[in-house]
Amino acid sequence: MNTMRKRVKKEIRLFEPALVRESIRQSFVKLRPRLMMKNPVMFCVEVGTIIMFLVMIYSFSHGDQGSPLYNSVIFVVLLLTLLFANFAEAIAEARGKAQADSLRKTREETPANVIADNGIVTTRASSQLKKGDVFICEAGDIIPSDGEIIEGIATIDESAITGESAPVIRESDGDKSSVTGGTKVLSDRIKVMVTTQPGESFLDKMISLVEGASRQKTPNEIALTLLLSGFTIVFLLVTVTLKPFGDYSQTPISIGALIALFVCLIPTTIGGLLSAIGIAGMDRALQANVISKSGRAVETAGDLDTILLDKTGTITIGNRKATNFYAAAGVTEDQLIECATVASLSDNTPEGKSIVELAASKGFRHPSMIGNSTDLSYGLPGARVIKFSAETRSSGIELDGRSIRKGAYDAIKNMVEKHGNTFPVDIKAIVERISANGGTPLVVAENFNVLGAVELQDIVKPGITERFERLRKMGVKTVMVTGDNPLTAKYIAQKAGVDDFIAEAKPEDKLAYIRQEQAAGKLVAMMGDGTNDAPALAQADVGVAMNSGTQAAKEAGNMVDLDNDPTKLIEVVEIGKQLLITRGTLTTFSIANDVAKYFAIVPALFMASIPALQALNIMKLASPESAILSAVIFNAIIIPILIPLALRGVAYKPVGAGALLTRNLLIYGLGGLIVPFIGIKLIDLLIAPLI
Amino acid sequence: MNAEITGITAIFVITVLLAIPLGKYIAKVFLSERTGLDFLAPVENFVYRICRINPLQSMDWRENTKAMLVLNLVFFVWAMLVLLTQSWHPFWNPDSIASMEPTTAFNTAVSFMTNTNLQHYSGETGASYLTQLLVFCFLQFVSAATGIAAMALLFKGIMQRQVSDLGNFYVLFLKSCTRILLPISIVVAIFLVFRGTPSTFEGSARIVSLQGDTVNVARGPVATMVAIKQVGTNGGGYFGPNSTHPFENPDYLTNAVENFAILIIPIALVFAFGYYIRKPKVGYSFFAAMTFVFVSFVAVTVYFESKGNPMITEMGIDNSAGSMEGKEVRLGPAASALWGVSTTSTSNGSVNSMHDSQTPLSGGVYTLDMMINAIYGGVGVGFINFFVFVIIAVFISGLMVGRTPELLGKKIEAKEVKIAALVAILHPLLILTGTAIASYVQSNNPDIGWLANPSFHGFSEMLYEFTSSAANNGSGFEGLGDATPFWNILCGLCMLFGRFIPIIGPLAIAGSLAGKKYVPEGAGTLKIESPAFIAVLLSVIIIIAALSFFPALALGPLAEYFSM
Repeated sequence: MNTMRKRVKKEIRLFEPALVRESIRQSFVKLRPRLMMKNPVMFCVEVGTIIMFLVMIYSFSHGDQGSPLYNSVIFVVLLLTLLFANFAEAIAEARGKAQADSLRKTREETPANVIADNGIVTTRASSQLKKGDVFICEAGDIIPSDGEIIEGIATIDESAITGESAPVIRESDGDKSSVTGGTKVLSDRIKVMVTTQPGESFLDKMISLVEGASRQKTPNEIALTLLLSGFTIVFLLVTVTLKPFGDYSQTPISIGALIALFVCLIPTTIGGLLSAIGIAGMDRALQANVISKSGRAVETAGDLDTILLDKTGTITIGNRKATNFYAAAGVTEDQLIECATVASLSDNTPEGKSIVELAASKGFRHPSMIGNSTDLSYGLPGARVIKFSAETRSSGIELDGRSIRKGAYDAIKNMVEKHGNTFPVDIKAIVERISANGGTPLVVAENFNVLGAVELQDIVKPGITERFERLRKMGVKTVMVTGDNPLTAKYIAQKAGVDDFIAEAKPEDKLAYIRQEQAAGKLVAMMGDGTNDAPALAQADVGVAMNSGTQAAKEAGNMVDLDNDPTKLIEVVEIGKQLLITRGTLTTFSIANDVAKYFAIVPALFMASIPALQALNIMKLASPESAILSAVIFNAIIIPILIPLALRGVAYKPVGAGALLTRNLLIYGLGGLIVPFIGIKLIDLLIAPLI
Repeated sequence: MNAEITGITAIFVITVLLAIPLGKYIAKVFLSERTGLDFLAPVENFVYRICRINPLQSMDWRENTKAMLVLNLVFFVWAMLVLLTQSWHPFWNPDSIASMEPTTAFNTAVSFMTNTNLQHYSGETGASYLTQLLVFCFLQFVSAATGIAAMALLFKGIMQRQVSDLGNFYVLFLKSCTRILLPISIVVAIFLVFRGTPSTFEGSARIVSLQGDTVNVARGPVATMVAIKQVGTNGGGYFGPNSTHPFENPDYLTNAVENFAILIIPIALVFAFGYYIRKPKVGYSFFAAMTFVFVSFVAVTVYFESKGNPMITEMGIDNSAGSMEGKEVRLGPAASALWGVSTTSTSNGSVNSMHDSQTPLSGGVYTLDMMINAIYGGVGVGFINFFVFVIIAVFISGLMVGRTPELLGKKIEAKEVKIAALVAILHPLLILTGTAIASYVQSNNPDIGWLANPSFHGFSEMLYEFTSSAANNGSGFEGLGDATPFWNILCGLCMLFGRFIPIIGPLAIAGSLAGKKYVPEGAGTLKIESPAFIAVLLSVIIIIAALSFFPALALGPLAEYFSM
């Protein structure tokens, strides 16, 4: 939901006037043959247009190639076809750039306080920062460049990048040490080292990918281009051989008509929109606040078979929460709650806080809770806090001669039994039940007598089960990664609806799991932020690093998520699928269009000499000239009509491959068959009176 | 009329019913599982020994392709040698047939090596018994076996995982002969002999007709040749008129059996694919796709042939028995139409009526059928051609469901698409370029004397000839003076390219697929046996064929039809 709100905020209008103006200019620049050559289909159209230009000149002085007006119109329409295709690419590029610029704008020309090695602080413009420079930021400063905190801790407002208003904490030496240029320090003071050369940040890389200079065709795009080239060659053959066929049938065919037929038959619709579709895929990723380091990564995302997700923060809400108090026989609940709360007052862990909160929700408010938070005795004179240690695996408080402890089952059991007391059977049963339900039991004891247990539970994020269900329908397997024991992990996995889990996971386990899945031929994605995630991020086919993560993680992955939202992978998968689907459906549409174009042009070519072929003129087009012109005009204007679809992408519905194919086949296959019949007929009705 | 429809329906249904167990059997042969013909193993081992072949040696796609090409080159040289030296044949030449003219010999040798069997000569006057048996009959076996073996390599490539080995071409080739072609041919030949097809080494029979004329009636070892001609989708008849000749096809029953023989192996191989990959449903789905086109074609031709020629009706002549010009009275229009579609579907090329004389749309359907060349198709190669369409369809439909396309767990990437696109282009290239050259020559030399008919029909004749050559079909539209160097050489080249490029390309794909990782099927995987995929596949087939040939068909058969 969060992301939806952000999208609305950053949505750029499809045809923003400023972008349209720039794109129109670019449409002409892109006519250069050297640029055109990258797209074989449109290059053929360009060659056809040049020939048509010569024919048009010729027809002014000779009468055997049709009227000058007719040839001029064909020439203009062909030129428009080229411009429309270029415009599609240009507008996709412009939108991507605009999107990236809006992210980049905030960070431009911010003063940076750079510390030299000798400790002298100088002020420089952010654009002058080099990799390795160290700068200082204090409360209220805008961070001038991407970097890594080398000293200090600070709260930072990242809303400029993520749209999220809640401040985040960033500190040195951890997995949350990265800061992003353009964000604002709210408190404290940090020293930051610049990690990228100017012009080489992820955003800069993304912009150059979009702009075309370093844009490379993805493997799938290459394969499709090859197939489209195949179709183009076939139709070149069809057109060229038609000349001798016409000679045999004593039918002179004008060059204009042949070129018109050729341009109509070759898949110009998909050919013209192909690169726009690819760029728009990256644009959409950027809209979702994901910076992709290559177009290939977006495309691969659509193919993912397996996704590794961290439990904490992704599947469950942050940390465990206390959900229940269970008093032992002979102990009142109030007594248990009182002791549990007192023992937790000095416990700053989320678990400890949640016990206090649960107690408060049951009406128990300890007077000390309103006290001074820096006084560890919490207003309880004579209290001595026992901090949690890995050896005792318990924590607590010594207060007025009372010794209160809370901790893991075996720790408390050992302690209680050492003092000659027995562990109550009913609490043992409760502890086992809590474990079996995926919870974590904490046992509370006072003066080495067990009072009862507190149940801590992981709370599965609302709505996450539905998202996993959606992924399952897409054929993507979800794997939960957690440090919990297998029993707990299994319970949460079931509750959240993930397909598999890795319990008691160490960073190496992720890597091993990814390798194992890849060995079985699967494509794996994971999301991570820590330096120890870096090997797994690099190994994964799609590695999404969180922007808050370490530089190492960001370098290792092939995407960076500016929102630090672990469920982003789901959106990335859909963007990847949309990209392929848009290509596939428009290819189908483009090829299916040919049927109608044949029925417009072939009868037109031969109507004069072979009147019988008039029977093929099923659209009843007015004259051979109007038939040919209608087909070429339809062929040209279908490109701009489809630009919005190419930029937005064809909607993806996780309904299973068979159903999806049927749906798209009906819309774009059958539609592609029927639409041009109607379109060409309408154009013919319009232009027939003019010729 | 109804009896005729019942007749052809029965022929087709019985063929399909028998093709299912045959398909299972063929899959077993290629999977080296136990079959009832394992007693032939010693014979095969004997051949391996004298040819010094190690049947266990596996080869990659390149080595296998090389083996296939070398073997075929040997066959070609052998055929040329015999054809050019016919007049010196020491025996089996009782009628003293002369040596063949060199370009006709080239065309004929290529034609039989490539399983085309386009005949620019007439069997009874152009070939000695020795040629008929040791060249024509022999090549009809080995060319068919070449196709089946190539297809078996393809099957294996799809199933292999991350290895380059596709099996051993020689072994698959020999097994195709001994385990598939020979047994079926023997059964068919014996049946034909019982129904009156000659099988003799004596020269022409001399008979005196009722009018008192002395007539030389050509005969020879006909039955064996007719059997393999149909079973191996060869189509090279013993006599010039092919299966219209009463010795090759004496009655309705032999016609039924021969039509069955044309279709049985091509259909069985489709089922065999399903059984081979352990997904019989895939075989059935592919069969359904092909049958959809096949039955539509049969429906069109049966309708037009049974309806009769409207121009004859206009002349006031009773035409109710159907369009009988160029047809055999003992077979009738429906059986002729079924045969026409069968023979052009399967790249067989034998005829039981004159396609030239059929109504324009039937002629158009036959031409289109050969242009597609993958509706069941020639033995082995038909499935290989179909496979190229499958690759393209898998690619397009994979995109449409938002996943990098996979075929049976193997990713289809740029390399496979490139090869498939090249192979798909080849057919239009050969047919359209050939016809364009012929049209150009004809329109500049109207008196060249090639065409028996002017105008659209003449165009159809040329188009049909090149289509038949490129598709390795071999049937002739007739009415074309084709025994000239121009046609011999140009059609010879068409046959060569049309034969080997569509085998080598898919074998390269098979080699590439064999080396790929297997991706297990998931919920997002498109099942190739699903109706939606079959719809895409059919659209790809129809669009590639129809779209590339629409203008040519419009100028030939369609123009003729609309002018009637």
